[in-house]
Amino acid sequence: MNHLPLIIKREYLTKVKNKSFIVMTILSPIIMIALISVVAYLSQLNNDKVRTIIVLDESGFVQNTFKSSDNTIYNVLTNMSLEDAKTIVKETFSYGLLHINKSEDVDEVANSIKFYSEESPSLTLISNLESQLEKKLTNIKLQQQGVDVEMINASKIYIDIAQESFEGEKTSKIDSVVKLIFGGAAGYLLFMFIIIYGNMIMRSVIEEKTSRIIEVIISSVKPIQLMLGKIIGTSLAGITQFVIWIILGGILMTVVSMVLGIDMAQMQTPQQEVLQQAMENPAVNSQIQDLVNAFYNLPIINLIIAFILFFIGGYLLYSSLYAAIGAAVDNETDTQQFLLPIIMPLILAVYIGIFTVIEDPHGTVSTVFSFLPLTSPVVMLMRIPFGVPLWQQLVSLLILIGTFMFTVWFAAKIYRVGILMYGKKPSYKELIKWIKY
Amino acid sequence: MNNLLEVNTVSKNFGDFTALNNVSISVPKGSIFGLLGPNGAGKTTLIRVINQITMPDSGSVILDGDLLNDSHIKDIGYLPEERGLYKSMKVGEQALYLAQLKGLSKAEAKRRLNYWFGRLEIGDWWNKKIQELSKGMAQKIQFIVTVLHQPKLLIFDEPFSGFDPINANLIKDEILRLREEGATVIFSTHRMESVEELCDDIALIHKSNKILDGKLVEVKRRYKINSFEVGIRAINKSDLEQELSEKFEVSKANFKTLEDELKLNIKLGLSDKPNDLLNYLTSKGEVSHFVELIPSVNDIFIQTVKNN
Repeated sequence: MNHLPLIIKREYLTKVKNKSFIVMTILSPIIMIALISVVAYLSQLNNDKVRTIIVLDESGFVQNTFKSSDNTIYNVLTNMSLEDAKTIVKETFSYGLLHINKSEDVDEVANSIKFYSEESPSLTLISNLESQLEKKLTNIKLQQQGVDVEMINASKIYIDIAQESFEGEKTSKIDSVVKLIFGGAAGYLLFMFIIIYGNMIMRSVIEEKTSRIIEVIISSVKPIQLMLGKIIGTSLAGITQFVIWIILGGILMTVVSMVLGIDMAQMQTPQQEVLQQAMENPAVNSQIQDLVNAFYNLPIINLIIAFILFFIGGYLLYSSLYAAIGAAVDNETDTQQFLLPIIMPLILAVYIGIFTVIEDPHGTVSTVFSFLPLTSPVVMLMRIPFGVPLWQQLVSLLILIGTFMFTVWFAAKIYRVGILMYGKKPSYKELIKWIKY
Repeated sequence: MNNLLEVNTVSKNFGDFTALNNVSISVPKGSIFGLLGPNGAGKTTLIRVINQITMPDSGSVILDGDLLNDSHIKDIGYLPEERGLYKSMKVGEQALYLAQLKGLSKAEAKRRLNYWFGRLEIGDWWNKKIQELSKGMAQKIQFIVTVLHQPKLLIFDEPFSGFDPINANLIKDEILRLREEGATVIFSTHRMESVEELCDDIALIHKSNKILDGKLVEVKRRYKINSFEVGIRAINKSDLEQELSEKFEVSKANFKTLEDELKLNIKLGLSDKPNDLLNYLTSKGEVSHFVELIPSVNDIFIQTVKNN
């Protein structure tokens, strides 16, 4: 008798109807969005603060250099002593005082510029000031030496090397970034999914053991059916939760940004301010076009199919191990010892994905780990956007499926014996013995 | 085919440990079969073999003429000793699920559950969670789930544990009724008085081996000791006792009487007849008590286990 659908249905409904599951499903996106909103709001608050910077220019070189913006106002003073300027800064509660010494020599001026402030100024502010001053003073020095600045500006050349593979496929620097993001997201998603829902499966197996219903159940169904039903039912519940998170998150995001008027996309941090300035650079501008191209360059269909296959394979592989662990122990505290060897390769996979695949997506390390079954789902998913030959994907998938079948067989053995064992926590040696029972 | 279940020379090892060693039992159709044995003797393993939870290393199990297979799952109802239900699931949902696992359709399961819930007067539990019920209440649900699919063979492992006397009696009556309706019952317990009361056949398992089986009456006959418990009113009790002890094996007996009688257990020789003893006794005084000592299952159990 095939009871699999019945078991899947029960597992799914119990998970989905579970109070803490419902609370988690609804609360998580709310908390996430609330957190993002708070961060966005706070950084906006920070940005709203207008900083006034007093510039005491005794040299007269940089009079018109500083342009006030929404966040920073520059007040240029002349003909005043440093002490007076300091008093003014304190009285007007200005952020700081930029002092430029009186001298005819540009180099001397450059070496004696000082910034006075109550608190130590932010790095971005200083580097911003530095770059503006450098630019101005360089120009002045060039002029002093009789160089035509206009001419220099006019003869500036921007280089952007166009990349193309032998097959004529155009790529760009931004391509790699996009690929990395896609691969990283896919690999990380799988990692999270395994950790969250693998644990859920394990707990549900332990629950059946501790509530002692297990013997009744397996007098009606084969343990392997029960195990597979559990894994599939829990995964479906997990997918439901993920979908709800995405939908709910999307809706909340829209609502919050409309109500609070926080434009998430324009969430500004000082770093982004710098980035924005860089974006005005014509070279960067053309990269937006590259970004769009990068999306089209991704092997989308390959990516989707591989994602589905490796995701399912990897998830089933790990979750059957989780189920076996649940069956081997009596309570959750005993699981630690057995969880470690499962989580280690997972974490290893993520790190290899992040550090090695970026550096060299087709190097030895990346390639080897994208074949090893416990790391292949994550590493291969990260590699695929960079273009992996089909045969490699197929071989890796075959190894994964083979291992998966072996693991399910192995886990089912442990499961079958373990669910009826109570009392002391088994050792690895005993687990091996169980296989022979 | 008189036997519903035949277990033929079943052995099962767990590593170095032998749980069952060439055990054979035959359970006649329509009987209540007592499966006895000390803790750890192998009873649960045998029951799990019958339930196809554990596969035997050798030997075979035949149920209703066929070698045990998947289709027999619906023919067996099993109430394990270690029992429980999903704590956070509602009673009704849970019972429906378990019944469906035994092959009942949802509608049929619902109909039968309504009948049983009405019968045991627990209709208002349907929407309660198991964790809200007492242990005895949960046991009732478990009992219903075990018998709901009307299996040919019912296996109860300590069915009365956790029940108060009233409910234990209720369950006992239900078991007897199910037998009337044609079910065969295997009954594993340490409560010997319920074995005396209910079982037609017994098997005793000790240290992985079956050491005794057969009809309860026959087993008792085998173990009979030809002893009689006697109460007699005599003028000179010590003289009489002296006289009797020269003829028979005599020991003091202890039972309640109205007068100050001489109370003895008298063991007859193989050729002696009870009537001769009675005649002899009536000539010595007024006999108020004359009962054959039948070995209890308890005695047989202890004696057999000790001798092995």
